[in-house]
Order: sequence, then structure tokens, then C-alpha cells
Amino acid sequence: MSDSDPPAAVEFSHVTKAFGARRVLDDVSFRIPAGRSVCILGRSGTGKSVTLKHVVGLMAPDSGTVLVEGRQVSRLSARDLSQARQRIGFLFQNAALFDSIRVGENVEFPMRRHTDLPNDEIRSRARRLLAQVGLEHDYDKMPADLSGGMRKRAGLARALALEPAILLADEPSAGLDPITAGEIDALLVELRDRVRTTLLVVTHNIPSARTIGESLIFLHEGRVIAQGTPEELADSDIPIVCRFMASEGGG
Amino acid sequence: MRLLVIVGDAARFTGRVFRESVRPPFEFRETLRQLFELGCRSVPLIAASGFAVGIVLSMHTRASLARFGAEALIPAGLAIALVRETGPLTAGLLLSGRIGAGIGAELGAMKVTEQIDALEATAVDSFRFLVVTRVIACVIALPILTSIMNLTGMLGGYVAENTANGMPLGTYFRLAFSSIQFSDLVPATLKTAVFGFIIATVASYLGVNTTRGTEGVGQASTRSVVYSSILLIAANVLLVRLIFFFYPV
Repeated sequence: MSDSDPPAAVEFSHVTKAFGARRVLDDVSFRIPAGRSVCILGRSGTGKSVTLKHVVGLMAPDSGTVLVEGRQVSRLSARDLSQARQRIGFLFQNAALFDSIRVGENVEFPMRRHTDLPNDEIRSRARRLLAQVGLEHDYDKMPADLSGGMRKRAGLARALALEPAILLADEPSAGLDPITAGEIDALLVELRDRVRTTLLVVTHNIPSARTIGESLIFLHEGRVIAQGTPEELADSDIPIVCRFMASEGGG
Repeated sequence: MRLLVIVGDAARFTGRVFRESVRPPFEFRETLRQLFELGCRSVPLIAASGFAVGIVLSMHTRASLARFGAEALIPAGLAIALVRETGPLTAGLLLSGRIGAGIGAELGAMKVTEQIDALEATAVDSFRFLVVTRVIACVIALPILTSIMNLTGMLGGYVAENTANGMPLGTYFRLAFSSIQFSDLVPATLKTAVFGFIIATVASYLGVNTTRGTEGVGQASTRSVVYSSILLIAANVLLVRLIFFFYPV
């Protein structure tokens, strides 16, 4: 790392994780400088979602270290982990909205838990976030009343509620129509360029990856087999990477 | 071997419930919400069941005591039977069905849809937010719901007696309460707090350990009812023995 490099927001060093006999992450190492956007690519079941869960401390590595803003996640005390998590937004693959409360309350939830903002301000922020993802009219709906794509967008609004320094997004455009997917990509790009949020995005959607990712990481069978800019990966001589990058279809 | 692992894991889970229940900060708001969801929403079931049990118990008591010309003892006999055992045990078993199945299914569904992970990722301690609040709510709700069952049971008994011999309400309740002592009512009602602890802890444990998608959710719900009912009946034997030890007849 040169002196001019920004500090790492997320850094994996030789991370290994196995479920039973199956090794899901195998000696994974990468570094994401603060304020940069990285997309993780790879076929289904290659450990992409597991990688995100390590960042937020939902899983601990069997060996190796995961550093978030310089601190080893698996060694944080409960209080420090809570503080670290408040700086991270997480959009889950299936949105994981709390289905016993309304969509607006889902977005309000992190603010109610972790800020002293007045009620009116929390509501207006939640409405603004929902408007950003095109759900301004769905504040009072229950999550069960939303389509898959709408749930995903509501999940993104919730992930952004605390204005996170790091945003983890697990397939943000999967299941969305091309126009909505493009709008979500544009929102993520705006976060990257305007707010300098560190983005770590798992996607199968190559056009999205090219739009969002300043650099890409390709995971295959639990190992990082390629990383670099979208152009570098497109020119890769690794067959699976080439085939993947050549597939322009959406996720 | 697998059984030992599960028992050990469940014991650790139970120990954690005890520890986290007394350690601040407390989730007052969510506990109140659970008290409403688990407690208040159970009132219709408990009240209706209590009323029906009271009528049936009164009819049986009348059939027995009438042979000896002791109809005047019916209110007292029914009240003692209700508050000492029938009310607490019936309420416990009914609520292990309603609350146990509900908690097992809800937490199971939250687990398989990653909502519990989402809570953690939002920097919320899911154990305290989901498990401890439900356990505390059940520990508080069960004695209250049992008291409601006792009261509606006596009301049912009164309706049966009034229909049979026209006994006035005041007379019925005077006769019923005159025979109930502290040792009949309070220990038996408070033991249902233990029932509440068992129901919520068992159902929460099975819920948060759900695997295998919707099939697992169904299993968590069913097993919550079965296991909590068995444990509740076993605990009842021990608790009754304990009550007799401290309050010998």
C-alpha cells in the first residue's frame, strides 16, 4: 500500500470458511479502499453472500482475518460490533424486510434504534429514502403486499437509513425490470460519486457490475481467481471469467 | 450423542435467557408489544375456555355432590379445583398451543427469511430483542391469563348453578371465595410464570434454530407445542410437589 492509497474500508486476509466438509471460502484475500466500489462476481454458490456476511460479523472466518475500517470484526466486543454495524448498511438477497411492521417502519427502524432524531424527522427521512427508490406511495403497505422487486428497493432504503459509510448489497438488481434495475444502479453510482460510500456489491448482472464497480472480484469455488477493473477482467485469459464477462444478460 | 449436543445447546440457550433477562438495557417497548400480542390476544381463547370448563366442572361436581345432599358445597368445590389445578394447567396447555406455536413459527420464519440476520446487521441484539422480550412477556402474561381463566371458570360455574337451582350471583361467589385460601390461589397461579418461561424458551429455541425453509418452520411450530407441553406437564408435577412441601394440607 502506498502512502497515497486511502485506508482500507474492508480487508480480507487469507479467509477460509467451511460448512461441514464443504469449503465455501478458501484463502480469500482482497482489499477495498474507503470510498471505492467493488463488485463481487461469480457463479451461484461460490461464497459471495458468505463474504458479505463476514464483513458485518454475521459469520466468523475459520481462519484468516476480516478487517473493517481497520478493526478485526471477529474480535470486536458486543458494543464495538454494534457501533461497527451502525456504519454498515446491508441489503440482503431477499431484502429480509421485517414482515410484522409496515414498509415505512422498516426504513425507520434503524433510525429509531440508533439515533435521537425527533419522530417527525425520522418519518420524513424514511419517506425521502422510499422516494429515492421509487416507493413513495408504499410507506403504509405491509412487506407481504410488495412485489419481489419492490421489497428489494425497500430493503435498499432501509440499508441506507443510517447513511452508512459502507454499503453491502447482495444482488441489488436481481428480479428487477431493466428500467428499475438501471435506477438502482444509478442510485448506487450516485452514492459512490457524491457521498463516497464504500460499496461492496454482489451481482450476477454484468452491465450492473460494469456500471457500479470501479473494480471487480471474481470468486470461483470459494477462491478469488481474478480481480481488477471491468476492462481487465474482460480481457482475462481465465476461461470462466471470460465467459462470465461476455454474458451481457441481467441477473 | 446428537441428543446430548442438543440438550447441552438448549441448556446454554436457557442460561443465556436468564442472564440476558436481568441485564440492561431492557427492551421495554418490544416487551410491551409482545405482552399485547401474546397476552392480550390470548384473552378471548382463555376466557371462552375458562367459561366452558367452569360449566362442565360444575355439572360434574353437582353430579357427585348431589348424591350426598351437599349441593351447597358446589361453588367452593369448583373454586378450589379451578384455582389449585384445573385453571393453571388448562391455561398452560392451551397457551403452549397458541403462544408456543406462534413463537416457533414466527421466529422460524424470521430465521429462514434472514430477518434475524437483518436485525443483527442493523446492530440490534436479536437474542434480547426477539427471545428475551417474548420470555418476559410470557412470564408476566401466564399468571394474569390464568387468573382470567379462574374467574371466567367461576362465572361458567355460576351460570350452570343458576340454571340448575337459581342460585344468585352474590351467593355463589360468596360461597366460592369463602373457601379459597392464600395457599390455594397464589402459589398455583404463580407457578404458571414457570409455564410461561418454559413455553417461550422452548418455542424460541426451536424457532431461532430453524433450518430447511418452510418445512422447518412447520416443524418448529409443531415441536414447540409438543415439547413445551411435555415439559410443562413434567414441571407441573414438580411444582405441585413443591407447593405441598411449603403449604402442607
